[in-house]
Amino acid sequence: MNRVLFLIATKHVLARQRQSIVSTLGIVLGVAFFLAVAGLMQGSQSDFIRRLIDTSPHITISDEFRLPRAQPVETVYASGAVDLRSAKPANEPRGIRGYERILETLRAIPGTRASPVLNGQGLVRIAGTDVAVSLSGMIPSQMRDITVVADDMVAGSIDALAADANGIIIGDALAKRLAIGVGGMLPLAIGDGQTHFLQVVGLFHTGRMNYDESQAFLNLKRVQSLLGRPARVNSIIVKLADPYQARVVASRVEKSGGYKSVSWQEATEDLMASLAIRNVIVYAVVGAVLVVAALGIYNVISTTVMEKRRDIAILKSIGFHARDIQLIFLFEGLLLGIAGSVLGLMLGAALMWSLGKVTMKYPGTSEDYPLPVDWSIFVFLIGLAFAMGASLSAAFLPARKGARVNPAEILRGS
Amino acid sequence: MSEIVVKAEKLVRRLGGEVPVTLVDEVSLDIAMGEFVAITGPSGSGKSSVLYLLGLLDSPTSGRLFLNGVETSRLDDDQLADLRLAEIGFVFQSFFLLPEFSALENVMLPMQRLGRLSGGAMRERAADLLAAFDLGEQLHKLPRQLSGGQSQRVAIARALANDPPLILADEPTGNLDVHASQNVMRIVRDLAHGGNRAVVVVTHEPFFAESADRMITIIDGKIWTPVPDRKEAIVVPR
Ligand SMILES: Nc1ncnc2c1ncn2[C@@H]1O[C@H](COP(=O)(O)OP(=O)(O)O)[C@@H](O)[C@H]1O
Ligand SMILES: [Mg+2]
Repeated sequence: MNRVLFLIATKHVLARQRQSIVSTLGIVLGVAFFLAVAGLMQGSQSDFIRRLIDTSPHITISDEFRLPRAQPVETVYASGAVDLRSAKPANEPRGIRGYERILETLRAIPGTRASPVLNGQGLVRIAGTDVAVSLSGMIPSQMRDITVVADDMVAGSIDALAADANGIIIGDALAKRLAIGVGGMLPLAIGDGQTHFLQVVGLFHTGRMNYDESQAFLNLKRVQSLLGRPARVNSIIVKLADPYQARVVASRVEKSGGYKSVSWQEATEDLMASLAIRNVIVYAVVGAVLVVAALGIYNVISTTVMEKRRDIAILKSIGFHARDIQLIFLFEGLLLGIAGSVLGLMLGAALMWSLGKVTMKYPGTSEDYPLPVDWSIFVFLIGLAFAMGASLSAAFLPARKGARVNPAEILRGS
Repeated sequence: MSEIVVKAEKLVRRLGGEVPVTLVDEVSLDIAMGEFVAITGPSGSGKSSVLYLLGLLDSPTSGRLFLNGVETSRLDDDQLADLRLAEIGFVFQSFFLLPEFSALENVMLPMQRLGRLSGGAMRERAADLLAAFDLGEQLHKLPRQLSGGQSQRVAIARALANDPPLILADEPTGNLDVHASQNVMRIVRDLAHGGNRAVVVVTHEPFFAESADRMITIIDGKIWTPVPDRKEAIVVPR
């Protein structure tokens, strides 16, 4: 029985081809636009997060405390009206105490890599100006596992750093400014005013200008001696098998040792929030586009209902129910929606494909990358759902109006 | 003794509004199976309105209507539609075929809604009905490709699709030329002959009306009964 209703709907849609095509076009463009935008947005977001997870530690534990130590007066009078002011978090000039134990606990989690780091500052004189260089002292054999520098080496190697206690690995941009290459000696000034000469054993290139100009890797022991802090580390960086466990692990570490442990999610909270806002804005815009498209469908279906009042009266006089009439016009919305969605998905896929061919330079990088486009089925399903939802709700009101046509009134009039 | 198909008791149809209009005023009538009844009267007298009430297309303001013994006032819209589908066939003055459907498809519509026959059987029955009305060559033509007389015969075939016991026709020859009119009149008259159907026709054609088993005249929404002992002419109030 629904077959005959569907047949009637099909005939109505086909009988007014031009209007049907025009109203479908709105949905086509809406869906295609949505796919292109959502694919690009989703793509850039996951690309961004993937880079973030790849290139930065999942957890960074530092020799700081978030909160002042609980003072005796507060523990004794836990519920009393005691207000202690100006208590400050302790700082820890001796670095992270007992860091070996923290490393052991972390390494007990399967797939987890953790490495001690001593970070410090040095100065390099370039053409009369002192340029700050961030020194990271690490154990070379662990660098390969925990940083991406190994992948970004353009000259020399990390192994050479292990072999040379006085070696240093710097970014290619810094090397260029210093006109220095592998094997050259780098004069590095430390806070004590002395200049130490380090042998360049490797160059890396990440594509992030700032990083390539200011970061340097050295042996942990060398940095400890340069800074005069033997056997100290002020940071532990951690990579987890599952990056999304970072929050949980970080808070566990912080609870047990008290040292500030920052997960990558926490470190990038602001960024994530702005990504979320960006998503909301884009979905709102696309939603508005589809609402406009839906107006086209509403328009064609309500015109059909108006023009087909006589036919509706005939069908009712034959014995069709009000619901049958409503279904006919909902089917029309469905048909237009399906046609629009299918064409829209195809056009959208074509747009996504061509966007994926476009390359551009991101701010802060020195190379062209193709635009990241996300091809997940999810984006397509959302586009489809949006379009079908818009078409069906656009058909709903006219369909209900059609169902309410009073046959006697219409037939009497004609 | 004959079976009563339609029994109307004091049907009234009034339209509200600033000036209330009474379209149908206390119409009572019985129509038996096998009967061919003609309804006549001046235009605007309420003939169509009576027919819509008998055909369950419109609901009376008061009064009762029985169709095959079923009291219809308490039925909801869907139940009324089901009765129209199975028990009543309509024929209108301006044919009212669906313009996008061929002759065959128009005749199949009521059967498809009823859904009692297989697709093939529906097609066969529709083709048989059309062939019986001399339309065997016109099965796949669209309404706009048919003449008036052909269109009206398709409409009659459609009214007969579910073999209803009651056929209601509202001025079925009103839009036809003389030749086509006579053809349609003959067909409609024959519909009642089988004895398993009642036919009610609203018509202005005197010959057609007089050929009916019974003629009912409606004036001003009321059934007009001639008064035998009065000589003067009835002045039709308009
Ligand atoms: N919706 C309406 N509002 C007001 N008057 C109407 C309406 N529909 C019909 N009428 C009037 O009711 C009367 C009866 O109409 P109808 O039953 O179509 O008469 P007939 O079929 O005998 O020509 C006519 O005078 C017509 O003008
Ligand atoms: Mg009339």
